[in-house]
Amino acid sequence: MSSTDSAPKLYEAREPVFPRRVRGRFRTLKWIVMAVALGVYYITPWIRWDRGPNLPDQAVLIDLANRRFYFFMIEIWPHEFYFVAGLLIMAGLGLFLFTSALGRVWCGYACPQTVWTDLYILVERWIEGDRNARIRLWRSPWNLKKIRLRLFKWTVWLLIAVATGGAWVFYFTDAPTLLHNLLSGTAHPVAYTTIFVLTATTFTFGGFMREQVCIYMCPWPRIQAAMMDEDTLTVGYRHWRGEPRGKRRKGADVEGLGDCIDCNACVNVCPMGIDIRDGQQLECITCALCIDACDDVMEKIGKPRGLIDYLALSDEPLERAGNPPRPVWKHIFRLRTMIYTALWAAVGLALVVALFMRSEIDIRVSPVRNPTYVMLSDGSVRNTYDVRLRNMHGEDRDFALSLKADEPLKLSIEGEDDLIVNVPADTTGQLRVYVTAPPDSPAAHRERTPIRIWVEDMKNHVRDYKDTIFNGKPQ
Amino acid sequence: MTKAPRKAPKKEQKQVETTGHSWDGIEEYNNPLPRWWLWTFYGCIVFALGYMVAYPAWPLLDRATPGVLGFSTRADVEKEIKRFEEINAGIEKKLAETDITEVAQDPELKHYASQAGAAVFRTWCIQCHGAGGQGAKGFPNLLDDEWLWGGDIENIHTTITHGVRSEADDETRTGEMPAWADVLEPDELLAVVEYVLSFNQRDANAKLVEAGKVVFEDNCSGCHGEDAKGNIDVGAPNLTNAIWLYGGTREDIMETVSHGRGGVMPNWNARLSEADIKAVAFYVHGLGGGQ
Repeated sequence: MSSTDSAPKLYEAREPVFPRRVRGRFRTLKWIVMAVALGVYYITPWIRWDRGPNLPDQAVLIDLANRRFYFFMIEIWPHEFYFVAGLLIMAGLGLFLFTSALGRVWCGYACPQTVWTDLYILVERWIEGDRNARIRLWRSPWNLKKIRLRLFKWTVWLLIAVATGGAWVFYFTDAPTLLHNLLSGTAHPVAYTTIFVLTATTFTFGGFMREQVCIYMCPWPRIQAAMMDEDTLTVGYRHWRGEPRGKRRKGADVEGLGDCIDCNACVNVCPMGIDIRDGQQLECITCALCIDACDDVMEKIGKPRGLIDYLALSDEPLERAGNPPRPVWKHIFRLRTMIYTALWAAVGLALVVALFMRSEIDIRVSPVRNPTYVMLSDGSVRNTYDVRLRNMHGEDRDFALSLKADEPLKLSIEGEDDLIVNVPADTTGQLRVYVTAPPDSPAAHRERTPIRIWVEDMKNHVRDYKDTIFNGKPQ
Repeated sequence: MTKAPRKAPKKEQKQVETTGHSWDGIEEYNNPLPRWWLWTFYGCIVFALGYMVAYPAWPLLDRATPGVLGFSTRADVEKEIKRFEEINAGIEKKLAETDITEVAQDPELKHYASQAGAAVFRTWCIQCHGAGGQGAKGFPNLLDDEWLWGGDIENIHTTITHGVRSEADDETRTGEMPAWADVLEPDELLAVVEYVLSFNQRDANAKLVEAGKVVFEDNCSGCHGEDAKGNIDVGAPNLTNAIWLYGGTREDIMETVSHGRGGVMPNWNARLSEADIKAVAFYVHGLGGGQ
């Protein structure tokens, strides 16, 4: 190392980006995705779903206090948390699938950072004007107009941010009650704290950090490169068609120039502040706005669209030779994407099967092993079992216990005269259950006798069982 | 490959100082820590000094320096215990005032009594009666259906409250198995042991059983009853069933008869509150043997 330049700075100030307004099919698609995503986010907690008198009537509810997750007709108990794990695995595989087929479509269309930044830029443009006006305002010294516009913009941003954090907490408790409590100042401090934190992050991430979140904070862009290959359709520039670029001036020599007129439309609309003509780069979230911008210009100058387009690297030789690129479906239906799809579908199928096969009642039997058996005065031998009965219904239910064994063993429940117990709605009943072997029966003196404890829901006669062991008193 | 020039870089290009050393022409830059890092380091030192003053820090022989904030985990635990005592004060009072036979009728009391009773049992009772209540030789098993002093909840409550043969309580349960070796002749002892063994259809010398029956009726039936089924008023055990607190072999029974037995249980009214006693009585009654 012979050069001894000054040490690099540890902090580089953000270069502000002022994306210009653009119209086109991808912009329209992005508006639709944004409307759907925000709509789902804000409306979902307000959907009602009748589950009976004892259960919450919110369609989607993460009830942390009672450890339940409600999703329309599905109710997940803590012991079924593997459903959540399964959904996360599906989300991961889905991301692999989409990235290998279409590059960073998640980043470009659906990522909350992209959606909210888009919304914030929309507000910014509505208040401060389009790109040139915004640059002028940025350069101008602080005056009354600038202060007024900035305050107005920040206020609207802040309202959006509050609404974002505010909507989040509704997923965790009954939305109408919480709204009432929030407005009257009686909600739990955790609700206010959550809203405050999410408001702060939304405000700074959407308003000020924007593309920096993607470039510096998000780990995903760095992983995605490993999932894309030369067949992946991603936003790119047909440099073989566009280069050498040059402006078309009257009287100038346009012979030998490519289709790119170097108008910088693609650069001006880019929310990440990059030039797509430099090739694929880490910063590009493939929002495809440059495609819309370039197509617009190409139409105006009478050239075919698609100088910037969704394209795959593997098509370049074909296109250079003058052939059309391979059809889109050939890029999408490849072995790699098929495997991802198969894995994704397999996990999904397994979850659906598990969902429909899970029993509505659940019995847990844990033998009391301290002591393993008790000798009674008439010489019979008794074992004790801690039994838990889970009533996953929205109403109180009666459950009947019974015992299946090859020997004349007797079942009884502490504090009950018969073998029927009532378990309140949506709770787990805990019982102390005894199994007694008569004196001199083989089970009373055999070390281990397998038994099976059955439970039956007295209303719908659904049955479930658990196998366990009866311990005798060895002679 | 060209050989790298061994000439030191020109001084005027440098903006970063070197340490001044040179080994075979290799110099080392003197890049100090970034300022923020250094200040974080200084900050940590200041924080540590403040922490030492504010919180317990320096170990002394038997404790640590207390710190000016008076922080103490022991005090925290005491505060925590007090907090829960305050929370439970209402239901404790209710439990203390409720008749022991009516605890099971109130679901809230029932739940509290079984939970609190389990905690009391784990703290005070398992030393003799075992963690599962299964007892040991000389210490009654609380899970079975044999009760020296009665197995209904009122009797259990009384036994726990006043203890058994506990000198500190005038109302304690009393009853005595004397040392019969001082009273009976050796052959009488042998005979009565054979007689007791015969209740359980065990091999017993038929001749001795005959003689033992007379000895039993003259000496033992006063407490154990004519039928030898015991008497809970004096804590005399049933001798005809399968349960033997001090062992049921011929040798065990001989020892019991010869030297007597007199296990002691403390009177818990001296240590536990009425609510605690009721809770643990309820818990023990629910272990399986309760009548």
